[in-house]
Amino acid sequence: MSKTHIKLSATAAKLWFGNKQVLKSVNVAFPQNKITALIGPSGCGKSTLLRCFNRMHDLSADVMIEGDFLLEDQTLYNGKLSATEVRRRIGMVFQQANPFPKSIYDNINYGLQINNIPKDQRPGIIENALKESYIWDEVKDDLQKPATRLSGGQQQRLCIARAVALRPEVILMDEPCSALDPISTAKIEELILRLKKDYTIVIVTHNMQQAQRIADQTIFMYLGEIIESGNTKQIFKKPVNELTKNYVKGHFG
Amino acid sequence: MKLALREKTDQTAKLLFRMTGLMVIAILADIFFMLLWNTVAFFLKVKPWDFISGTQWNPSGNPANYGILPLLVSTSLVTLGAMCIAIPLGIGTASFLSDYAGRKLKSVLKPTIEMLASIPSVAIGFLGIVVLGPGIARITGQSNGLNALNGAALLAIMSLPTIITVAQDALEGVPNAYKEASYSVGANRWQTLLQVTIPAASPGILAAVMLGVGRAMGETMTVLMATGNASAFPKGFFHSVRTMTATIAIEMGEVPYQTTHYYALFAIAAVLFLMTLLVNIVGEHFVNKYRKYQAA
Repeated sequence: MSKTHIKLSATAAKLWFGNKQVLKSVNVAFPQNKITALIGPSGCGKSTLLRCFNRMHDLSADVMIEGDFLLEDQTLYNGKLSATEVRRRIGMVFQQANPFPKSIYDNINYGLQINNIPKDQRPGIIENALKESYIWDEVKDDLQKPATRLSGGQQQRLCIARAVALRPEVILMDEPCSALDPISTAKIEELILRLKKDYTIVIVTHNMQQAQRIADQTIFMYLGEIIESGNTKQIFKKPVNELTKNYVKGHFG
Repeated sequence: MKLALREKTDQTAKLLFRMTGLMVIAILADIFFMLLWNTVAFFLKVKPWDFISGTQWNPSGNPANYGILPLLVSTSLVTLGAMCIAIPLGIGTASFLSDYAGRKLKSVLKPTIEMLASIPSVAIGFLGIVVLGPGIARITGQSNGLNALNGAALLAIMSLPTIITVAQDALEGVPNAYKEASYSVGANRWQTLLQVTIPAASPGILAAVMLGVGRAMGETMTVLMATGNASAFPKGFFHSVRTMTATIAIEMGEVPYQTTHYYALFAIAAVLFLMTLLVNIVGEHFVNKYRKYQAA
């Protein structure tokens, strides 16, 4: 692990919502072209940490963030990178599939247009993104259909297509399958595994089996701190920390 | 005994509330039928088409002229002008309140805007006569500023609180998930507002605009005071106009009971009613059209 290239990292990351400290000095690194799973009980700060990396907390009042967040060697906050640039390079897929109330085509076109991608290239990029996200065959006949008419699993794959269309370097996924049935979940997991060769992926999940199926590296968080991190197999088979052991064995959570 | 008494109270209350409910409906129905009755009485004497297309309103002339086209155009002109001012201002303010303003600023601005709605229309009309009128007169070099523009500006002020409040509710009702999705592909606030939030809120914003239009068309006192009320055919924003509402208000007090002129005023009210109904139907149509993309 030590020789792998670190794509995204945080050092001494602290975060407060008002007076409440939610992240307590978190150090974390995500290697390139790997899938890292963030696990831990509800309220432990997984999603909060994830959202630090694409500056989603900028939008809410009363949030204070400290620490160094790096994409390669560029700092995400207060550096040369603007929030919009950070978000273009670090894509996100949300817990609830959230397509825009527009057509399938426009859902992906929106991001392209925002980022000034030339008009003549867009149809190709959109088709490619839909193919990459394994939804092309299901929607190719009617790209003008409202995205809200798709099934939950299709909507989530469309959201992934929306993210990959911009060729981000990292994709953050916040429990992307928690609202989906097992079949849709399997499809998305397969998709995530295939995306690994082009992207660095960080996924928050409550599902231990999911973490074991797809993640190369797993990080266990508890009460705003990282308790243990390492190879997924090691975390699940031979956890060092007592808390980790209890959590992955399902004794609490 | 006690139980019987309670049963009786319950029965009485039920009867009472049923009566009040039915009474409101009965009053509304009465108004509607009175309007219809008098309108029909008028149309027995004057052909509807002559009424709508006639370019002269001169009920006391000889022969009397009952053409409401100038009144219709006046009302439309003033309403159109008011909306040209109020829609951009209203949506802009609503967007600012919902997406840009800090909590403190919002807590001051919101009640202030709502207070604007409680200013009596007479007071706003007065403002039109003593402040806005002379101002317009000075800029345009006319003898007085009592014209369609004056009325439109005042009506814009009056419909702003409604438009802002309803549009802001619509904008704030847009699910956060849409905004987050937009930000997550690298959009900034302005792009998100313009391309995601406002389209998603458009049914509500349209409802806000329709309410504003209804308010502007039906408003009487302000336009009566500020627009000069010349019954000549309106020539534009810088000329005096006489709206339908103002005509009814001015003439109703003096007209002899159950004359053609009297019926004519009811007919104007009926046309006004039809216009507001049309505005609502058109609004509803667009609301439904946008809903297509929103059904989950």
